[in-house]
Amino acid sequence: MFHKEKSIQLKNSASALYNNLSVLRIAPRRLTYFTVVHANVVNMVSTSWDGLNYSHRQLQSKEPNVATSTSLIMQAAFCALPSRDLLVVSSQKGIQMYESDGSIMVYWHALDTPEAPTAHAVFARGISAVSDNYICVGVSSGAVLVFDVPSKGSNITLSEVLEEHKEAITDIASECSGSQEFLANLVTADDGGNLCVWKSGEEFQLLNKIPGLDMTCSSVKLWKGTVLAGYGTGQIRLYEAVTGILHAEVNAHARWIYSLDIAPFSGLLLSAAEDSFVRVWHLAITPETNSVEIAHLHNECVTDTQSCGAKFCDGDGYAFAVTGYDLSEIIRYVQS
Amino acid sequence: MFSKSFMDELLKPQQLYSHRTMKTVLTRLAHSSIMRLNPASMDRLYELMIMAFKYQVLLSPRPRDLLLISYNHLDAARAFVRDTPAVLNQVDETHRKIIEVYSRLSDGEFQLLRQTLLTFLQDVHTRVSVFLKNQIQNPSGRFVLMMSGPVPAGVDVPGLIRTFDPRGREVGRSEFPPGGTYSGSVGEGSFELSGDRVLRLGQNLWFWFCLVLVEPCGPFSVLQLDRTNPLAKEELNLLARLMGCMKAGSVPAAAPRFRISLFPSDPEEEEEGGAPAEQAAIFQVINIQAVQDEEAASALARIAGQFTDEEAELENPSGSKGDDLLAMMDDL
Repeated sequence: MFHKEKSIQLKNSASALYNNLSVLRIAPRRLTYFTVVHANVVNMVSTSWDGLNYSHRQLQSKEPNVATSTSLIMQAAFCALPSRDLLVVSSQKGIQMYESDGSIMVYWHALDTPEAPTAHAVFARGISAVSDNYICVGVSSGAVLVFDVPSKGSNITLSEVLEEHKEAITDIASECSGSQEFLANLVTADDGGNLCVWKSGEEFQLLNKIPGLDMTCSSVKLWKGTVLAGYGTGQIRLYEAVTGILHAEVNAHARWIYSLDIAPFSGLLLSAAEDSFVRVWHLAITPETNSVEIAHLHNECVTDTQSCGAKFCDGDGYAFAVTGYDLSEIIRYVQS
Repeated sequence: MFSKSFMDELLKPQQLYSHRTMKTVLTRLAHSSIMRLNPASMDRLYELMIMAFKYQVLLSPRPRDLLLISYNHLDAARAFVRDTPAVLNQVDETHRKIIEVYSRLSDGEFQLLRQTLLTFLQDVHTRVSVFLKNQIQNPSGRFVLMMSGPVPAGVDVPGLIRTFDPRGREVGRSEFPPGGTYSGSVGEGSFELSGDRVLRLGQNLWFWFCLVLVEPCGPFSVLQLDRTNPLAKEELNLLARLMGCMKAGSVPAAAPRFRISLFPSDPEEEEEGGAPAEQAAIFQVINIQAVQDEEAASALARIAGQFTDEEAELENPSGSKGDDLLAMMDDL
């Protein structure tokens, strides 16, 4: 169903972090950007669609370059808003926002870091754009920061702080079907597996809380009103966002899941875990009849590698890319 | 190493050390014994330690199992010092403190801890001959990840999809091929002060490898010793006792921690084959010069002679005053 294509070489290896791969397709310029985090550096690769041109860029977290300093980056993710695309980098010191090609930093938000190290680490993790003008970033305290982003310029402001979670945020996702019919358009997940479902606006509204079973939800997606959550037990669960009804449970992986992704036009789901496997599934969701089905389609094994990121390269799921801990390449697969 | 002050310092919340700092700590620890390593050997020892540590952190089935691996380490340390109650006590205290500090971390926090350690261990791919030989590491330097065997405790064997109705009743079940051959979990190890840890990671690597190796294990056979000179074994035992590392009488059945090679070219090591340099690196051959120096011996004899003459002189002028001193010198 899929076959392996030529890998993209990276300047350094990927770190073991949840959701450690972000992809942005720039159709007008026939380019795709990839970002992978290595300790305190974000590796950016820009590839042309004809596969002939590659260019690399590295972004560092704001602190001086000491490999094991307090400024380890937790996540780097592209946020595609109707008016602009931004690259958001969350670290132990704070949150940086760059133009999507990484050329200029447009915003910096510092976290309240204590003077001396405390028993609980302080960091920002979990990044998503939502509706027309918001970017949400999670924090280790459980808070979710909501930033209001104007259509251009650097006048980005902190609009709201959502305080529902008590444990560190792991991932955040917004409704990606493209349809406005769904009430909920944001889901946030934390270390305890708890999921909060929100409706965005000038004041974000909490629609539902789905309790976790003390097992970390490391990656989450929202599609057609359905939450897709990947857990440290290797399970994937499908919940109806607004009601919290469990539709399906998959014993998907033998180890901790690190990344989920959805191809919104085709309903393909991608899951990657520490067990070396990347799996492709098909989702059939009919909100009218409340029916949700998930079927397994394909396995890929990345030998001797604990995967840490997996993303579709396009909305149809024609191609996907995978990163692994200690691996200095982005592995690509294309439909046969 | 297990002293209260050292452990208290270690268990304070702090940032990860750099490789340079870590190497300094390890060097100090290594040199707190009679062992002395030159910089090249120390570098090699550090690389081996890092790779062994990376192996354990990477292959830890669940992040929380890092604790079980540490408890395996502590159990082994306990066995080393079981005849020294003071140190045994310190190991127990350390274990209790670790239980106190780490038991309340959630699985997500353990994973963050593990991810941070993995960042420290990133990009180190030193090939270790004992790992290569036992197919734990492949020639590229990457560790082998099995796609078979038991799943970790709390994880279900992959392959099942279940669907539910709005009331939570299961309405459908289907299977998919997981690609690996997994079996059910073998249960969770004990997180208490003592107990079956279940996990093998963190146990003595040599113990498990020796059972697997087909050819006679070089370092562990005492056959060579017996063949050369029956007295030599006794002499080595005496030396070992003097150095304080074993009780009089039995040689432990398990592998000795170190072996003293008295012969400049140990035929055993040459027999091993393979790169001698690598072998030497693993076994840390330390050369101790203990050759009898003719000159020094005669010089000492002269000096000893002078002492006896002095003793004779002292005897004369004394009355009761010198008696105690003499008695002391006689005892000497």
